[in-house]
Amino acid sequence: MLQERVPDLSRRLSDYVEPDRVRREVYTDPAVFELEMQRIHERVWIYCGHESQVPKAGDYYTLQIGRQPMLMVRGADGAVNVLYNRCPHRGTLMVGDRYGSSGEFFRCSYHAWTFHHDGRLRNIPMMESGYAGTPYGREHPDCSMKRAARVENYRGFVFASLAAEGPSLRDFLGEAIVAFDDMCDRAPQGEVEIVPNCFRVIQKSNWKIFLENQLDALHPSVTHQSTGRAAHEVEKEIEKQTGKAPLSYHMLSAFATVTIDKWDNFQTLNYPHGHCVLTGYMGLRPKDPDTLAYEKTLADAYGQKRMEEILAVNIHHVLIYPGLSVQSPLQQLRAVRPLGVDRTLTEIWHFRLKGAPEAIYRRSLAYYNLVNSPATLVNADDLENFWKCHQGLASQGGDWVSFARHFGRDLERNGVVETAPNCGTSEAPMRNQMKAWAQYMRTQ
Amino acid sequence: MTDTQHEVEQFLYRQSELLDTRQWQAWIDLFADDGVYWMPADPAHKHWDGVPSIFAEDKSLMAVRMKRVLHPDAWSQRPLWGTNHVVSNIVLLEGSPKDEIVVRSRFHMMELRRDDVRHFAGSYKHHLKKIGGDYRIKLQRVDMTNAQAAYDYVLQVWV
Repeated sequence: MLQERVPDLSRRLSDYVEPDRVRREVYTDPAVFELEMQRIHERVWIYCGHESQVPKAGDYYTLQIGRQPMLMVRGADGAVNVLYNRCPHRGTLMVGDRYGSSGEFFRCSYHAWTFHHDGRLRNIPMMESGYAGTPYGREHPDCSMKRAARVENYRGFVFASLAAEGPSLRDFLGEAIVAFDDMCDRAPQGEVEIVPNCFRVIQKSNWKIFLENQLDALHPSVTHQSTGRAAHEVEKEIEKQTGKAPLSYHMLSAFATVTIDKWDNFQTLNYPHGHCVLTGYMGLRPKDPDTLAYEKTLADAYGQKRMEEILAVNIHHVLIYPGLSVQSPLQQLRAVRPLGVDRTLTEIWHFRLKGAPEAIYRRSLAYYNLVNSPATLVNADDLENFWKCHQGLASQGGDWVSFARHFGRDLERNGVVETAPNCGTSEAPMRNQMKAWAQYMRTQ
Repeated sequence: MTDTQHEVEQFLYRQSELLDTRQWQAWIDLFADDGVYWMPADPAHKHWDGVPSIFAEDKSLMAVRMKRVLHPDAWSQRPLWGTNHVVSNIVLLEGSPKDEIVVRSRFHMMELRRDDVRHFAGSYKHHLKKIGGDYRIKLQRVDMTNAQAAYDYVLQVWV
């Protein structure tokens, strides 16, 4: 069925995406979703996890790349491998738990085939007698767990690509690599470690609707007004009583105090492959004792000049298309795992800056809890909009999704599309994502 | 049945009734001024401060949540929505700190939102203190059995 539909689809793809609008089928057609998984998610570099999630040999963490169940595992040699979570014998999942330790080797729960952590066959019960006279055995490739075609690690962040050919991770990330540099550079020791907790939330919408929202500077003051106003009222009350409210209140109240007309002051930088940076100072340098103590540890580690450079990096969000949204100044990220054409899982993680004072961890933890937990005061209204979008796109009340805001005003330099001054609410990030989408989808 | 057991049971029933009838301010008023509502992300966590939590709210944050839910533009709370709590298995724990009562109970909560029904269940641990003749919550710990499962949509109000 799919085989018959795909060629037909390929012909139509060029009609689906125009520079400032896309057809609704891009979000709602299950055949488009299948092709996306083949041509995008199962080819490009996908974020697997941070190496500190699997600190000891044998530790594993499972994840989905496109439609493929995968696992990330630490080998005895210290390397982090990414394997298909599948026994080559009868296809059984090698591990059924979301994460854990496999001990010294993987052992299939069905027939006890065992494997090294790099996927190589270790043993089959009674292998000599059972497979005498057949080509099967340790040297036969069909007897080992299949590895992801390519795995790369950048500053502890592990990515895999299921395609043998393609740009290196660095070339793929391009300027968006700043997401990881900004996060790690803010640590006095130059690296981060995982906070061992993953918040997982399912959205009843297509995965692209989430990504488009991440850098949509027009929506916050509309979507999140109720939380912004509520936080602003309580913030004022606390200030009246104690003089100073915690920074987390300010982060929430900004949704109301930064009114809709002010979001144009933000800027987006749109890069090849669909990646994008939303700039916007998040007020993370108040002159309180905690921040000053942190700045001192950074200055001691890097010197005053470098410390100023690190803290001056102006990032609100970095989007790494097609599956990662990074909030580097607050050390958190959301990995997007499409489950179906209308269902998307986000896995939300927080990181600790190695060598930074506890207070700095707690400040971003407050944001992680308030904004990113399953009791979120913020994302709930986004999820409501995503669901409504997906439902509406299934309608025949219109065929197109519009990305025309500030279209034609973008400034392009060396392949980077910058929104013009006072055009921060431009829908340039959506246009940029769909441009990358169309390129990927047209590549056989 | 001791008087204390009976009083505590009535207190817990009243608390769940306030949730199901959306009397948010009266629900918040059950907490002591320094009271905390905590739903750990991980059942192994011992203290609410400094760890990832699904809820970790003092009365100021509870006020933010209440004001947000009551705001006419809280889009996600506009649809038909309601909950039904059942609280049971109420046990006073031995060895509670002086002038505090620690009580463990189990709950089941059914939620309707639009046409979707969800179920959440788990245990409460209330640290109660008599203040001015009434019980007030110093700490309510909520360990949800499905705390670590993926959330189909999110939680908007305390469980």
